[in-house]
Amino acid sequence: MAVIVHEDFQFIVQGITGREALNFTRECLQYGSKIIGGVTPGKGGREVYGVPVYDTVREITETQRVDGTIITVPLAFAPDAAYEAIDAGIKEVIIITEGIPRKDASAIVEYAELNGARLIGPNCLGVIVPDVCRFGSLGGPAVDCRKAFKPGVVGVMSRSGGMTTEICNALTLSGLGVSTAISIGGDPVIGSTYVDLIPLFEADEDTKAVVVYSEPGGTAEADLARWTQENDSRLPIVAFVAGQFMDEMPGMSFGHAGTVVNKKVDSPADKMRRMREAGISVAEEIGDIPDLVRQAIGN
Amino acid sequence: MRFYEFEAKQLLKKHRIPLVQSELAKTADEAAKIASDIGGPVILKPQAIAPGVATASAKEVADPAGAKAVAAELLGLDDGGRKPNGILVEARPTGEAVYSLSFTYDGTTKRPVVAASDMAGKIDDLGDTHPDRIVRRHFSALYPFSDYIAKELAKSLGLGGNDLKRMTRIVSGLARLFLDYDFADLDITSLVKLGDGNFVVLDVQADLEIEARHRQRPMLNELGFSKDDLRQVREPTEFELAGARIDEEDIRGIISPIAEFDGNIGLVIGAGGGSLTLTDAVRKHGGRPANYAAIGGNPSVDKARRLTKLVLSKPGVEKIAVMSNVVSNTRADLVARGVIKGIIELGFEPADKILIFRVPGAWEADAAKILQKYGIEYCDRTVSISEAARRAVAKAG
Amino acid sequence: MAMFIRVDVDNTVIEKTASLADKLVEVCPVKIFKLASQPNAVEVVEENVDECTLCDLCTQATPEGVRVVKLYE
Repeated sequence: MAVIVHEDFQFIVQGITGREALNFTRECLQYGSKIIGGVTPGKGGREVYGVPVYDTVREITETQRVDGTIITVPLAFAPDAAYEAIDAGIKEVIIITEGIPRKDASAIVEYAELNGARLIGPNCLGVIVPDVCRFGSLGGPAVDCRKAFKPGVVGVMSRSGGMTTEICNALTLSGLGVSTAISIGGDPVIGSTYVDLIPLFEADEDTKAVVVYSEPGGTAEADLARWTQENDSRLPIVAFVAGQFMDEMPGMSFGHAGTVVNKKVDSPADKMRRMREAGISVAEEIGDIPDLVRQAIGN
Repeated sequence: MRFYEFEAKQLLKKHRIPLVQSELAKTADEAAKIASDIGGPVILKPQAIAPGVATASAKEVADPAGAKAVAAELLGLDDGGRKPNGILVEARPTGEAVYSLSFTYDGTTKRPVVAASDMAGKIDDLGDTHPDRIVRRHFSALYPFSDYIAKELAKSLGLGGNDLKRMTRIVSGLARLFLDYDFADLDITSLVKLGDGNFVVLDVQADLEIEARHRQRPMLNELGFSKDDLRQVREPTEFELAGARIDEEDIRGIISPIAEFDGNIGLVIGAGGGSLTLTDAVRKHGGRPANYAAIGGNPSVDKARRLTKLVLSKPGVEKIAVMSNVVSNTRADLVARGVIKGIIELGFEPADKILIFRVPGAWEADAAKILQKYGIEYCDRTVSISEAARRAVAKAG
Repeated sequence: MAMFIRVDVDNTVIEKTASLADKLVEVCPVKIFKLASQPNAVEVVEENVDECTLCDLCTQATPEGVRVVKLYE
């Protein structure tokens, strides 16, 4: 079992000839992921690490099954790339591109919903099921990636791509391992929030607990607290809220675009309180997470 | 990016949203003159950016003499290291009814949303005290705004007849403006129905989406925004401006945000969540960061080099802690190259200047070799973020 | 100037294959190569060498014509 991806998951990379895309395309291939094509307008006919490059998405979807796409194009082109993928019938869309205004993100999300596609991101690093499929840029080169992500029992959702790997590394070092990790994105409007994704973990028999990394700004943590109270979930949740220093600096933004304390619900203190009240275990320090997971699953 | 209220009102006026009579005064004398033109009591609003300053300091005065005295006082307020950008002098009509409107993006539904109340105030605050007095309607950023959405909102506020039609026009106009100009938040904290049945907007607070500032350049130019004015809650320091320049001049990777604190530990830290977690960790262990400089998105060697030089050149900074979460797309080896190059260019030994180098993850084997060559200990992934912060603080003394 | 990487180019190899020089310029994500004044040859852009991401695209294009050396090994 796995969340979102599976062993035969086939995907493409839009913007494959860019500096970042080259890096992670090679890393995914080394990891064993099935990248069956890439798209860069004007560079059709080329090849990148053995992956054929096309001018349009449809050239690939017309001849092959494409389960997902990773979009990492310059931000002015990101909405167009997403519409192209969705119109070509791709159902799992990851947007890595950072800095997309929330109006555009909101429009992409709505278009994806109308067409039955799922959007992860923007401003995320994607999904990994250790030793099964890496769909995105998590973990770096395969050799480093395998050190951070070992198969195990903990599902991870994180608003920070970097902290996804950090937390998974700690879970792996502690022997608990990772079932599926999802970097959901750090922007104020993202395609899939904790509440959208947690039912997938609920249905995943490999997952015994979920770890959530969160930051100042937004309603996602309050929503998760509400979900936990309203649903009789089998999964214990351990959460960590970074950026507590920001409570002293209202109106300033650090870290991600979505990270700002303007409203009460934005504040780390408020998020921690709501989640604790809902029975979520909230770690004081990032290093406490593995022990809290162990306590929660009685291991 | 917070707008001064007079700027927001200029934009509203251009789009024919009915506004209360108001004018910007740059001096106390101008304030007195405007007050006398308006006649009767007026409200004086210092134009400020720092959170709370504008709303906390607005004052009502009875006459031009009062306006002059109070304006002089308000012009001297501290707005995060700046002075207020003038005083907005406004009529204060009392009406038959008062409303508030708030446009924002709802992260839960991922849609733009408009909330309205039949009370004045910020919807965020009213939500705590009077949740039953708020109505909401989501709309779309994909499709053009349709007036019926505003009509439904007005209806659910209990309006009918001409009130319903007038409110519909105002809400529709504001919704289009909110979308067209990429606002992240647009709050009308007081919208009054006058005795003659017309509605006027009294108080506005508008925040532009910072990521959209480039494509909104024509509008910002029209309002007179200078190119690097980001309307931070406090005036950026030289250090912060220099950091922003380094970021702007090289698109490979991101240094953002950069902020100056008054501590002694220079930080070159992994961007996004890692930087938040690391800053919390340094403070938890009693350390005093000299700055916040988050670097990520796989910065070029040159960007890391320039940032290192900037942080180490800050007065009071003896050494830097180079720390990150386990990196994925950012490469430990490129960061190591840039940091070492920067230190050597300043004429120092890298080993003397680096408190700790904890950047495990992508390309860590190469990073370890580079550090070894320059005699710097490499912390691998078994050293936790908390432990790395503890060591850095201990070494900084 | 470069402290960490050295890129050696053998233009006697590169000039033997048509458009290989163009390809080297195109594949490098950090612009280490530029076309030389003589035809079918490249020059190394010294200030970009430390930016090398070790992506191997140049050495894959011409295993004999380009050598990338890590100076820290």
